[in-house]
Formats: sequence, structure tokens, C-alpha cells
Amino acid sequence: RGLLTRLNTPICIVCYLAAIVWFMGLAFEPFTLRTDMSENAMGSTMVLLRGASAVPRQGVRSSQKTGAVSTWLVKAMQSRGLEVFTQSFSRKLPFPDENKERYMVRGTNVYGILRAPRAPRTEALVISAPCSPGDSNNQAVGLLLALAQYFRNQVYWAKDIIFLVNEHDLMGTQAWLEAYHHTNITGMEYSPLQGRGGSIQAALSLELSSDVITSLDLILDGLNGQLPNLDLANLFYAFCQKLGVLCTIQGKLQRNDWDTAEGYTHAAQTMMLMVLKQACGRSWGDHGLFLRYHIEAASVRGINSFRHYKTDAATIGRLLEGMVRKLNNLLERLHQSYFFYLLPSLSRFVSIGCYMPAFGLLVVILLLRALDLWVHLGAPALAAVEGVTEAQQPSGPAVLTVLTPVVISHLTGVALYLLPVHLQEMAVEHFPVSETEAVVLTAVAIYTTGLALPHNTQRLLSGEGTEQGWKVLKLTALLYLAVLLGCTALINFSLGFVLAVTLVPITASMTPHMPKALSALVMVLLSPAFTILYCVFIYQELIEAPVSVSEGWMLFLSVISQGILDHALYGSLVYPLLALFIYPCWLMFWNILFWS
Amino acid sequence: HTHLNYKLGLTLQNRTSEALTPAAAARDEFQEELVIRPLHSGDIYASFQFRTLWDTDFLQEGQKVSHYRLFPKSLGQVLSKFSVRELHISFTQGFWRTMQWGQPFIPSPPGAELWVWFHDTVSDVDGNWKELTNVLSGIFCASLNFIDLTNTVQPSASFKPLGLGNATDHRFLRYATLPREIVCTENLTPWKKLLPCGSKAGLAVLLKSEKLFHSSFHSQAVHIRPVCQDEQCTSKAWELRQTLNVVFDLYTAGQGKKEWSLFKMFSRTLTEACPLATSSKVYVDITDNPELSPATPLLSQAVVLGDRRTYSVFDLTRAETFGQLRSLNLLLRWKGDGEMLRPLLHAERYVAGFGLQTGEIHTVIYNNHPYRAFPVLLMDSVPWYLQLYIHTLTVTSKSRDNKPSYIHYQPAKDRHRPHLLEMLIQLPPHSMTEVTVQFERALLKWTEYTPDPNHGFYVGSSVVSALVPSMVAMNTNFTQDQPLFSSFVPVKEESSYFVRVYTEPLLVNLPTPDFSMPYNVICLTCTVVAVGYGSFYNLLTRTFQVDEPSLPLAKRLANLIRRIRGVPLLT
Repeated sequence: RGLLTRLNTPICIVCYLAAIVWFMGLAFEPFTLRTDMSENAMGSTMVLLRGASAVPRQGVRSSQKTGAVSTWLVKAMQSRGLEVFTQSFSRKLPFPDENKERYMVRGTNVYGILRAPRAPRTEALVISAPCSPGDSNNQAVGLLLALAQYFRNQVYWAKDIIFLVNEHDLMGTQAWLEAYHHTNITGMEYSPLQGRGGSIQAALSLELSSDVITSLDLILDGLNGQLPNLDLANLFYAFCQKLGVLCTIQGKLQRNDWDTAEGYTHAAQTMMLMVLKQACGRSWGDHGLFLRYHIEAASVRGINSFRHYKTDAATIGRLLEGMVRKLNNLLERLHQSYFFYLLPSLSRFVSIGCYMPAFGLLVVILLLRALDLWVHLGAPALAAVEGVTEAQQPSGPAVLTVLTPVVISHLTGVALYLLPVHLQEMAVEHFPVSETEAVVLTAVAIYTTGLALPHNTQRLLSGEGTEQGWKVLKLTALLYLAVLLGCTALINFSLGFVLAVTLVPITASMTPHMPKALSALVMVLLSPAFTILYCVFIYQELIEAPVSVSEGWMLFLSVISQGILDHALYGSLVYPLLALFIYPCWLMFWNILFWS
Repeated sequence: HTHLNYKLGLTLQNRTSEALTPAAAARDEFQEELVIRPLHSGDIYASFQFRTLWDTDFLQEGQKVSHYRLFPKSLGQVLSKFSVRELHISFTQGFWRTMQWGQPFIPSPPGAELWVWFHDTVSDVDGNWKELTNVLSGIFCASLNFIDLTNTVQPSASFKPLGLGNATDHRFLRYATLPREIVCTENLTPWKKLLPCGSKAGLAVLLKSEKLFHSSFHSQAVHIRPVCQDEQCTSKAWELRQTLNVVFDLYTAGQGKKEWSLFKMFSRTLTEACPLATSSKVYVDITDNPELSPATPLLSQAVVLGDRRTYSVFDLTRAETFGQLRSLNLLLRWKGDGEMLRPLLHAERYVAGFGLQTGEIHTVIYNNHPYRAFPVLLMDSVPWYLQLYIHTLTVTSKSRDNKPSYIHYQPAKDRHRPHLLEMLIQLPPHSMTEVTVQFERALLKWTEYTPDPNHGFYVGSSVVSALVPSMVAMNTNFTQDQPLFSSFVPVKEESSYFVRVYTEPLLVNLPTPDFSMPYNVICLTCTVVAVGYGSFYNLLTRTFQVDEPSLPLAKRLANLIRRIRGVPLLT
């Protein structure tokens, strides 16, 4: 105990540095594991690929000009011998989505089921292609139809295959999945489904935006940072290797020179991108919504990076055929490989056992500080055993002094969560802004107002803040933050880690005795909102599209509006987590700083 | 030589005994039949029926039946040993697509289904049932031995005896399904062996497994029931019906052409009837006017499943059926572009919800009749590891609560008995009725998981039985073909017909522990034992001795020289 209290600060600093070094070391190739297929049913079984040819691109394009996509699709699927069904859905967004320019959304999903011969409709696979007005993804729809035609003539299917063409990308998928599982989590209005194929085992989503494909990008990050089983990534990688298709993850090719500085930086960048994408908790492709229903899913996106190397549609067809056939061979749901991992490249992965210590080292700091405070609080208590009456007295107000800031900061959090969406009409009336801007700016305003609260809190309290008061508050806040971050990291490691990296140093060192102005500045700069801002800049830097400060600010605002929309539309939990828990927790430390 | 003589004598003796005592050798007969029906979806449906009728009673006291002619002995012995009154067993691979194919002649659920009415003299029904399933699993080479009390139910209303007798006491009924059972050639071969001609002659030559299992749907069944011998019904006869239904896929085999022949379907043609058969016929459904060759003048009209159908009949017992080539290869070409008659009754089922804790079973029943309401009997048998919350049971039609007029619910007992839920529901005309019930997934003991726990656990099909109003009665146009005096009041037999609709089985995931964990623990323990205990044991049991250090080479050389010289050696 003596050691821990005496060397508390050095140990904390060492822990923090060790955590950062550990984390950065994860991208170093010798420390990672090679991915290999764990699922026996998909492993060495021979799959003869013949490939779907004759992609009916022309048809898609001409019909999309006329606008009657869904009726054309129904006919196209029916002529290929599928059981075709449609589903209509509509949704009014809480406020207009300026990125995608939509507010009142009305759409139709078309899906065709290829019934497996002699199968009792208990299992199904899904191949989906988002198809929005305009011809952004018609290559994928064409490929989907070609695959349907080819698959229909094969006899080896053991699972029903559902070909889904969903309108309005994620919203269509959401409506379809909710109807398939007869749930309604987000208040979407949709018509019930007429045909089903049993329990869905796996899903693939196709996005091919251009005629020319030079490489394929695999997208795994799903809603709330959920990831599909690693075997799905292994499967994709194995077929890319087999067919000689360039494959990327996070848009980054794989390099072989891990021992050079560039090689390491490349791997670290890829991993950082994955961490940032996972941390923001949104679904980066249509597959992301499937994961909630325990359906392993991934998106395959065709990239045209204007290289010389080109992949023709037939090769991509063969690749998908191979993947679907291997998934068809599955006897059980994918479960053999990892569900929690980070990928520095497609052939290397970091498992949960390797990356958790980095986070653990950060949380240990909080616990060590809490222990230190506990010991310090305990020392006067020991003295109080002798002078009984003195020590008993302050314990009554101590609870109040702790409780008041806790309640007030949480009420601020609730305001931050509820008010932006509900106050938008009022804001639009009084200020010359659009609804979206109103929502975001209200959120920013409430966030900043929260900073002014500590002074008011103090005035509310009858007496002066005591030395013991802030210690108890800090102890509570430290333990609260440790539990909060721990729970977050269990579900979404990246989010937990990113928050821990920024929040731990200030929260661990914060006392009311520090120089007010400087520490206030540091605290604000390391607050959750600024963390988001930094993430925006780092992300732009990593995808090699650096932005200026003003552009970054605009991006930051749009990220906030997207976060609120993701929560309302798909049930992403990052916005409520930040508003209801992380921000109030940070406010508690802000309170300690201004403890007088 | 003596052996031959003996054998000859025996056959002679048999012959004479047959001739001398005609009462002992009861009359039996065998009929075979094949119905071919082109479906609107472009698929083709072939249904075989083999019927053996035997004017004898196995269950009569004091009479031991030992002489079998056409009736398979293996089944006869089973019937008399276990006092079976009625037995229905089916093996099905695939799911009957009612919305594409219409109603089947004989419905069956995916997997294996077995239901048996025992004679009311049986005292230990469960014991008989257990033994019977084991014997049948031997006869049909199927895993029917997996039927035990945890998946057996006694439906109170859904499965009434189809044969003679008015048994209503469902204590003598046992019903079980195995939705996971996979049907293949090893089940087909014993089934074919029960036929009098085997697969050597008659329609059974078409039953070649390489074609039968290259289809969209395959179902084979055995139905045994007591029937009347004659119109007065003074004595009982036993009827054995062996049925086989198969649907061939047009797309995968016909390259998109709606054209079929017997040879394309079965890679065989017909050359003769089974010599033991009294009747052997092939019916081809020509209601939608397909081109059929060779043409036949024999036509037959019948109301099948509420629909008036016309059939061309080919009688295989007549030589002229086979023509000059001595073989019959039916050729069928059809357009099939007409609208299919929408099946009046149709049901489907799915699991709603997500997560591994709770869920909801939805059963949706459609009544597509434009103006008639009719009642259906829904039977659900759910394994105990889905713990049904029966208070959440709701039945809604047209978004209004629809109270069942009869509910029979038997709750499950963990590890002993499944849930049984039977309901009589009135389906409003042209409506969709949804039956929902919530359940919680049980946590099994670790030895109770199947070897592939992540595949999920099966819940058998639910059964919807109903008397459906006939389409023929609805149609008023047919008065043109019929005398007016006969068509004012619809005839009873034609006004409604009995259908049984099976929904799809469900695949439900239960919370599953990571089974690689025990494996890891075992590996780790073994390593620890091998490395730790092994070396420790080695240390404990080894005897240690001080090792004499060997002399350096220089000293040894010196000693050698010293030995020669005879001086004392160095140490």
C-alpha cells in the first residue's frame, strides 16, 4: 500500500506510456497473428468456379432512366426463376439529412428468393445490393442478377439464397431486416414480408460504383463497432488470393516490407483507420445492420483507383460465387474464429487478448488514482476514530456535495441528449438556420453551457466546498469513469480506447489546486467534443484527404448530425453514450477543477 | 438331391394347403398408380401410389397370421406384435411450396413424421411406442429411434384415425416428428423392398434414386389402416398404401423448356405392369391442355382437392398401351402460362426477434377464399427447451383479436415432454390470421447439446388441418356441362374437402457456450501434467550419483605411458 501511494504518480505515467506503446506495437507484424480459416466446412473443400457471365448492365441503366426500377427488378428476378416479393417502407427523419439530402423517405425493397432444392426453408444466405435512384450502384445490381441467373441453374444449394435490392441504402436494409425479424426498434413504417427463408446464416453486400474495378475493398465495421466473424474476412482474402484480385481493407493495400519504417507506418495507419471507424459506431456499409441479428455480414466494395491492373466482372462474379458456395457449405453458423479483432492488414490480425492490455493499462491508472484517494480519505477517518464527534459531522453534507454535482451534470447530459432534436423548430423560428444546423448548433450550445455550470453548482450549495468534498467527488468520478470505459471497451474496444486515451490523463491529474486558466484550457482541449474533432482531422489525414481548419469544423458538425441521425434511424449507441454518460462524467471533473 | 426333393415337396405342400383350405388363404390384391401433373411454376409433380389390400385381421384374438403373400411380412409382424390399429409414417426431403405448386395429394412435413393409433387393448402404450419406433427405424434405415418421450405428443383433435373404427381416446395415439431427418437412398431401398414386385417390374422400375433425389421435393410414405372388406362392412381388411411424391425442377434440368418425358424424369420407360397387380395405371393431368403423346382415348374426370381435373389414363395391363415399341414413354409439352388457382389455405411460420434470450414464434395462416370463413385446427408441438409463455398467446385476424373456440394446451416438462398446443380457429374470408407466442430459450446442460450446437435446434412443423370449401362449389360455370337438376344444391362430397398443411420447421439458436473452452482447458491441463508432473516425478524417482569427472586427454595419455613404465597412475 505504501508503495502504491508513494509511487502512484510515476506508476501512472509509466502505465500511460506503456499503454500507448503497446497499442502502437500492435501494428508491428511480428506481434500479430496470421489469419487462417478456422471453419472446417469452408477450409479445404474444393469449389470449382465457373463464374457468372453476361452481366445485364444495359438493362439496369436504361430502366433506371425511366424510374420504374422496382417493377423492372421484379420482372427481371421473376424471369430468372426466383420467388419475388416487394416491401415498401417510409420514414420521416427527425431532421433533414444534408449529406444524403433526404427527409421524408419512401422506398421499395425488392427481393427474390432462390429456394434450395430439397431444403426445408430453415437456413438462408443474403446477397444484397443497395440501389438508389441515379445509377450509382447499378453494376452491383447487374452482377446480382447475373449471379441469380447462374445460381438458379445449380443443384448444390443447401440454403435458400435471398437476393435483396434495397432502396435508400441503410434505411432499406433496416426496414427489411426489421420486417424479417418482426421487430421495430426505430419506429420505421414498413409493410410485412410475404416470403422468408428461415434463419439467415450470413450476408454479403455489394457496392460496385464504376464499370472499371481495379481492386475490391472489404468493409467489416458494423453498427456500434460490431464486427463479423473473422472467418468471413479470411474467406474473402482466400478467394482474392486464389483469383489474383487486388484486395484492400480500409482502402489500403497490403505491403510485405514490415521491417521497414514505411511498412510499419502503413500497417499502423490501416489499424488506426479501423479503430477510428469502429469507434464512431456507425455502419460503414449495408452489412453493418445485419450484425445485430447475429448474422455474419460484410460489404464488398469495388474501387476504381485508376491503376493499370483491372478486374473484369466475370472474375468478381467468380469470387462471389466461391464465397457463397463456401458459405452454403457451412454446417453451423460461423463461430470458430474471432469476433473481436483489429486488422493491420488483411492477412494479419490482432486478437482481443493482445489489444486488451493496452486498454487495461489505461484503466489501471484510474483505479490506482482512486486507490490513492481512498487511502488519503481513509487517513483522516482513522484519526476521526479518536475524535468521534468531529468526524461524524461532515459526512452528512459530504454526500450532498457529491450528489449535487453528479445530478446536475447528468441533467445537463439528458438535456444534451433530448433538446437538440426537440428544440429544432423553435431554433429555426428564431435564427436564420436550417433544421440540421439548428440541431447541431443547439447541441454545441448546450455542451458549452454545461461548462458554465460548476459555478452555479457552487452557489446552489450552502457552504464552501471542503477538501474532503472534492476528494469524495473525484473518487466517485474516477470509479464511475473506470466502469464506464470498461463497459464501453468490452462492446466497442476502439471507442473505449480513444476515449480513455484523451480522458485518462486529465481526469487522473485533476485537482482544484492547479492553475485554473491553464488546466481549464487543457481540460477543454481534451474534452469529448474535441476528441471527436481530433478524430475527424486524423481520419482525413489517414485517408489521404487532409482538410483545412474550416473544412474540418464543417466536417465536425456533420459528424455530430450523422451521429444523432444514426442513433435515431438505426439505433447506434454512441451519441447517447457520449451525451448521457461520458459528457456528464467529464463535467464532474470540470466541477472538481472549479471546486472552491 | 434330397435337399431339392425336400424343397419341391414343401412348395407342393404349400400349394395344396392353399387349394384345400381357401378360408385360410385370405384374398389379397395389389394396385399401382402414377399421377403426373404439370405445375404452373413449370415444375412437374409425379405421385406414385401402391396399394395392397388383404382380407385378414392381424389383431384378431387367437389367430396367428403366418402366411404372407403380397403384404410385406416385416410390417405384418410389427402390426400384430405391437397391436397397431393404424400407422402412418413419412420421410420427406424438402418443403412443399404450396403457393407455387398448389396442394399435394398427400401432405407431409420436412423430415420424418410418424403417427400411430394403438389398439385399445394395449396397456403400456409408451412401452409399445418406444419399441415400435426402434423396430421401424430398423425396417426403414432411419433414425426413428431418436423418437422418445421428449418429442412425442398425443394430439387431442388433429389426428383422427383414417381407417375403420371410431377411436376417440387420444391416449392410444402417439405423434412425433423428426424435422432434422435427412432422407436418401438408404431409406428408399427398404421402402421399395416392401413392394410385391420390388423395383423389378411395374411402375416401380421408375424409382431410381439418382433421378428421384435430383429433384426439388421428395417424399415417401407408408400408410396402414383397417378398411371394410365389402359394402356391408362385416369384416375387416388391411390396407397398405405406399406413396412416393416427387417434384422435378424445370429450370435446372430442362434448360427453361416446359417439356417433359418419362425418360427425362426417371431415365427409364415403362415396359410392363407388375404381374401381381390387378390394376396398374398412369394418370396424366391434362386439365390445362398440355400436348401429350402418345394420346389416349381414355379420359377420367375427378374432383381432386376441390378442383375439377381431367386425366388421360394409360392402363398398363393392356398390351396396346405400349404400342409397337413395347415401351411407353409419355411426352408432355405445355405452355403453363395460365394463372394458378390460388391455394385457399396456406400457412407459414417464422421466429421473430433477436438476441439469445427470448423470441416469438409467429404462425401466419391465410384464408384465400373470397367469401367463405372456415375453421382450422392448428397443432403446435414445441420442444421443452423453448419455454413458451402461454399467457402471451395472441390470435389476430384482420388486426382484430380472434378468440379460438377450442384450446388444448399441455405444458412441457423439462427434459420429459414437449409443449402441445391445439387450437380451433375460425378464419375470416380473405384474411391473414397471425398466431404469436413468446418463448424463452433455455440454457441446456453441457451434455445435452448436439455435436453441432451452433447450427441451432429444430422445432417441428406446425400442422393446420381444415375442411376447406371447394372451388368447384364456388364455380357456377360448370352447370353448362351438368344437368341443371343436379347442380342447385352443391353435393356434400364436393362442397368441401379435407386438407392438412404443414408449415416450415424452425431453426432456433440457443445460448451456446464456447465449446472450445473445455478443449483448451484439457490441452492446458495435459500440458501442465506432462511437463510439470513429468519432470517432478523424474526428479523424485531418480537416484543421484556423483559423477567422476573424466580425466583430460593429456592426463590420459600420461597415464598410458605411466602404465607402460609401471609407475603409479595420476588421478
